[in-house]
Amino acid sequence: MQTELSHKDPTPIISIQGLAKSFGPENQVLKGLNLKVAKGESVVLLGRSGSGKSVAIKCMVGLIAADSGSIKVFDKDMLVMSPQQLNETRLKIGFLFQSAALYDSMTVAENLGFPLRRHSPELSESEIDNSIKEALESVGLLDAIQKMPSDLSGGMRKRIAMARTLILKPEIMLYDEPTTGLDTITSREISDLMLKIQEDHQSSSIIITHDLACAKRTGNKVAILKDGVIGVEGTYEEVSKSNLPWVQDFFID
Amino acid sequence: MEEVSKHTFVLQQLRELFLAMGKATLFNLRFFRELFFPPTEWRETLKQCYLMGWKSLPLVSITGFIMGLVLTLQSRPTLVEFGAESWLPGMVGTSLIREIAPVVTALICAGKISSGIGAELGSMKVTEQIDAMEVSAVNPFKYLVVTRIVATTLMVPILVLFADLVGILGGFAGISIKGDISLISYATKVIESLDFIDIIPATIKSCFFGYFIGMIGCYQGFNASNGTESVGRAANSAVVIASLSIFIIDMLAVQITDLII
Repeated sequence: MQTELSHKDPTPIISIQGLAKSFGPENQVLKGLNLKVAKGESVVLLGRSGSGKSVAIKCMVGLIAADSGSIKVFDKDMLVMSPQQLNETRLKIGFLFQSAALYDSMTVAENLGFPLRRHSPELSESEIDNSIKEALESVGLLDAIQKMPSDLSGGMRKRIAMARTLILKPEIMLYDEPTTGLDTITSREISDLMLKIQEDHQSSSIIITHDLACAKRTGNKVAILKDGVIGVEGTYEEVSKSNLPWVQDFFID
Repeated sequence: MEEVSKHTFVLQQLRELFLAMGKATLFNLRFFRELFFPPTEWRETLKQCYLMGWKSLPLVSITGFIMGLVLTLQSRPTLVEFGAESWLPGMVGTSLIREIAPVVTALICAGKISSGIGAELGSMKVTEQIDAMEVSAVNPFKYLVVTRIVATTLMVPILVLFADLVGILGGFAGISIKGDISLISYATKVIESLDFIDIIPATIKSCFFGYFIGMIGCYQGFNASNGTESVGRAANSAVVIASLSIFIIDMLAVQITDLII
């Protein structure tokens, strides 16, 4: 069952069709997921724990192999790409992990410089340094440049991880529970930062969250995953006013 | 009924064993494929060589010196009894170079390096750092696994040669406690007792020790399942399997050397 509460269909930058993934014969997580994201659009993916939200975005970047379906990014199917094509597309996608996933053995500056040194060999060291400082300034953490990830708070780690993805100037951002484990104020700061990134970079986003305040603040569209498919989608206001009892459960205080 | 369940259990265990062997074989094959395809991570390989080689020198030095000293002190009474005390330098040198230094150094490296790699990569896996690397279009296998295995394969033989040298010096210290021999005549006796052929099989054997120490550490860490508990398990199984592999390789190397020489 798929109920569309609003229908907006400009040329999608991400188009997921019939995505299926199972972990063993009795655990089919995604059962034909369909989702479209337009350029500059920000889609919040809600769903209960274990409903397959993270699996869906991990399939998008090739971290998990999908069983069937198609994931078209910039009109190219990610599931049938060669490893080289996949890597080229990955450079256009920024992924913020739930745990921030900063490299523990590197300083903040080395964390940010790591992808840049590999993918932009034409840049001089001073240009790399400038890009690192610019990215850190955009998340308001220039002071942390020489710190180790272990010296940072949860919120700071998330912001540094955002800076690390921004340094490659991605056109698509995927956020996996960006505000989980953070206090209300820090969550709001992270949400504001996500909005700023969308405005500054005109990037499209898929945001997985359980934080309704973050969903309301950052999403142009909300989609709720149920039984392996998108059960309902629309604007935050439309979805929150849905009469479906299982949708209402998400919005009860 | 009980017999059927026992039968099923054995089949299940065998299936898991073959699956693990298949996975390990694929991991090895992937290493060789990635090793010979560019780009090469020179900087990270050199860093790992420094971390694994240079940083292990103090431990290998102390252990090597004690090995030589103890071997001399333990062997001396028996040789004195047979009036063969003059054979002591040659015996110490040959035993150290052929067998004791390679095996003991490799076991130390299994404990220090293999477990370290297992824990480091296991922790990176659990905290999604390996996924983050992959998502940023960096090949984590090449960056993390290939560099470490190359470093252990190169560094363990060098550490073994260093342990040989320090062990021989330890032997000299042992002889000097109860005897009177100059360092030059001791060294001459050690060198006279050695053939070039003693060093070659021991060095080749050490390369295999190094390869397996790195490979097992990386395999255990890279395949750690999610959860912090698996980090400890990866480090622990890396040491156990690497140590066992060292003895198996040593046994095979001795047989092959006997057949060839």
